[in-house]
Amino acid sequence: MIMTKGQKWFNVFNMLLLGAIGLSMVLPFVHIIAQSLSDAVAINAGQVTFWPIGFTLGSYKLILQDPSIWIGFRNSVTVTVFGTLLNLLLTAMLAYPLSRPEYLFRRAVLLMVLFTLVFSAPLIPNYLLIKELHLLNTLWALMIPMAISAFNLFVMRSFFMNLPNELLDSAKIDGCGEFRIFWKIVLPLSKPAMATMGIIYAVAHWNRYAEAVFYVSDRRWIPLQVRLREIVFTDQYGQSDVTSELLVHLSPEGIKMAVIVVATLPIMLVYPFLQKHFIQGMLVGSIKS
Amino acid sequence: MAAKLERSEQALYTFATRGHRWRFVRKYWPLYVLSIPGILYFLIFRYIPLFGSAIAFQDYNVFKGIKGSEWVGLDNFKRMFQYAEFLPILRNTILIGLYDLVFAFPVPILLALLLNEVRAMLYKRIVQTVVYMPHFLSWVIVGGIVVGVLSPSTGIVNHLLSLFGIEPIYFLGENGFIRTILVGSGIWKDSGWGTIIYLAAIASIHPDLYEAAQMDGASRWRQIRSITIPCIMPTIVILFLLQIGNFLDFGFERVFVFLNPLNSDNGEIIDTYVYRAGLVDRQYSYTTAIGLFKSVVGLLLIVIGNKLSRRVSGEGLY
Repeated sequence: MIMTKGQKWFNVFNMLLLGAIGLSMVLPFVHIIAQSLSDAVAINAGQVTFWPIGFTLGSYKLILQDPSIWIGFRNSVTVTVFGTLLNLLLTAMLAYPLSRPEYLFRRAVLLMVLFTLVFSAPLIPNYLLIKELHLLNTLWALMIPMAISAFNLFVMRSFFMNLPNELLDSAKIDGCGEFRIFWKIVLPLSKPAMATMGIIYAVAHWNRYAEAVFYVSDRRWIPLQVRLREIVFTDQYGQSDVTSELLVHLSPEGIKMAVIVVATLPIMLVYPFLQKHFIQGMLVGSIKS
Repeated sequence: MAAKLERSEQALYTFATRGHRWRFVRKYWPLYVLSIPGILYFLIFRYIPLFGSAIAFQDYNVFKGIKGSEWVGLDNFKRMFQYAEFLPILRNTILIGLYDLVFAFPVPILLALLLNEVRAMLYKRIVQTVVYMPHFLSWVIVGGIVVGVLSPSTGIVNHLLSLFGIEPIYFLGENGFIRTILVGSGIWKDSGWGTIIYLAAIASIHPDLYEAAQMDGASRWRQIRSITIPCIMPTIVILFLLQIGNFLDFGFERVFVFLNPLNSDNGEIIDTYVYRAGLVDRQYSYTTAIGLFKSVVGLLLIVIGNKLSRRVSGEGLY
């Protein structure tokens, strides 16, 4: 393609602009990592920008000695693993009948689900229900109330609807019961869709914060995000049993930044997979609607 | 959406009598059994709270329960608009929603158009990978990053400002900055992610259109204006409608993480107020009334937005 001078300039300008936007996403991280690795003198003097000054791993040592971080970590992992399994199971079990014409209540159930998308109940009645069911201050409160996302249900249903009918028919001719078809044919065929959806659900569980604030106040059951917010915004870091000698050389800012790095790390590690699967999932969803 | 789909599928099976219908259900009983847990989930966790919202019309007492509590009609709703406390919060919610619509909504569209103009594929992919990333971080982490970057003593922003001789500013401790921070952090987190849907819409435009335009000597700018933007207009309209419907749903987490006594005058929104006044201060009925008010307004906005859009562009959500 022949480009005029103006278009060439536009290309250069465009790439520079996008590069700057990209940098604005990356540089805050670099800044934070640099701070988490610097000592108190450099941080307090405001010298640290994008490279650690007075290199120290003290902030990380201090955090990893804090038992509440480990408790939060354990709770978050538990909720993410079991919550996601519950999500996938219940979503698939409802999405499959909704994809089959033999299921006669299809329209009624779909309307019931659709209505929850446009009109949701306020916080207090939800809270009272959780309380009534004795789920307050349990990890169940972070799994059961969000067991099915209406949006994901529609996405999975449209995936099931696109499965080749011939497969189901031939299975029926071979004498397979409906349960067997679901378990042995539909689910294995849906592995890619289930993987995508599993990741969507898992990230939501890992990042969940609001429901933990609403439903869990017992320190033994708070997830990592809640502990993280305390440390970063209210300066409640460390425990009494942490050696004070460690604290001397550390700045509160450096410690906060180290906590952020630690909590971001798991997401960063799975990001390459996330990106690939998420985009597929998002596009399936958008084609549907 | 689903309703539209369903109409075409309906009446695949017709039954002469009830008995026939019942026999058909019995034949496919495993399908019905599979659906039971999901249906129960929606009934229990989505519909019971909806009926529980009746406490908005009561003076709810925890010990008496819904059955025993006194009905007070619209008193809680009246109180909402009579008490001086609620109006600033409604104002904050509307203003923040408005700023979000005006400033955050167009960013993914612009970004997608710019990305689409990049001819160097590798460069494009690197930029995409980087701008999608913040979407996966929790609001707590995004909040933490903002705290670090904006810190008055150690943050990079004040560091840069000091180079120009500007005194350090405690951005999170002032009412003047909180709305900018709330909307801005959302742009940082989600606008890269928002481009995906627009890029997909752009990718589905037929290449012939561009070829014909090039033959006629249309510049790149002219092609964007006359082909790309009109072709992605339906997508823009639909996402705009969804955003209008969620106008009051800015989100609890993204506000709550930043909120402190120094910035709550301008930062407190309905969701955070309902938590504070409802769960913490236990004004159950009053805050349920507020929540119900919010849900009804949201529903109305969707319906009105849909009507308007159908009249103007022929596009609608349902």
